[in-house]
Amino acid sequence: MDVILFLIFALIAVACAINVVVQTHPISSALSLVGVMGSLAVLYLLLGAEFIAAAQVIVYAGAIMVLFVFVIMLLNAGAETRKGRSYLIPGAPLLIVFLGLMAFVVQRIFPDSTMVRFGGFTGGGPKDVGTALFTTYLLPFEVTSILILVAIIGAIVLARKEIDQ
Amino acid sequence: MMNAVPISWFLTLSAILFALGVAGFLFRRNIITVFMSIELMLNAVNLSFVTFSYQHKEVSGHLFTFFVMVVAAAEAAVGLAIILTVFKGRSTLNIDDVNSMKN
Repeated sequence: MDVILFLIFALIAVACAINVVVQTHPISSALSLVGVMGSLAVLYLLLGAEFIAAAQVIVYAGAIMVLFVFVIMLLNAGAETRKGRSYLIPGAPLLIVFLGLMAFVVQRIFPDSTMVRFGGFTGGGPKDVGTALFTTYLLPFEVTSILILVAIIGAIVLARKEIDQ
Repeated sequence: MMNAVPISWFLTLSAILFALGVAGFLFRRNIITVFMSIELMLNAVNLSFVTFSYQHKEVSGHLFTFFVMVVAAAEAAVGLAIILTVFKGRSTLNIDDVNSMKN
């Protein structure tokens, strides 16, 4: 059952990721990316990361992608024009070599000793994540708030209208 | 056997998604799609974090994923503001046309 679930959602994720890269229109890419994020959320649930799965759907698929779609609509971005496909000649073999190397290394380092079972790790609920966040990782959490403040100020400064002097 | 997934499958899926993100980042010409490819790469790395977190039965990986999400959100806000500014000045989204610093 776990294997079937994994295969279904891994295939959806890979298909949507390929769609992100090959679609010419940005809005198609954005919707495919939402598909990738949704199927990744299911895989997180399979790994016992309940809080991260919820945050993935709310923050990534909800907030960030809405921002993307909003900007695409605002800029009225059309389909991109292709100049040629000459890049595929060096690119595709390099991609396959990289994937083969990664798969080889992963199989060598992690021979199938650790098996993922649904319910095999239950320490990923909101309570556990919150406890770790406010004890061990309190300093990074506080630094994060400064980062967000700087990002807000930066976004406002960049996107504001120029005021006539 | 059919009841459990090897941990290497998750890591291989993460590598595939990361490679597709790199491909999109390098091959696409639309600045918004390039930006979305970066998000795809961040998602692939998040999957690795959560997988290793499962392997070590440790919640730290989830915290790192959480921080990556926060950084991605901040990055999306600033990056999209930069895209808006570039579009306002040049009326183009093609990264080949934005080459003032080239010469």
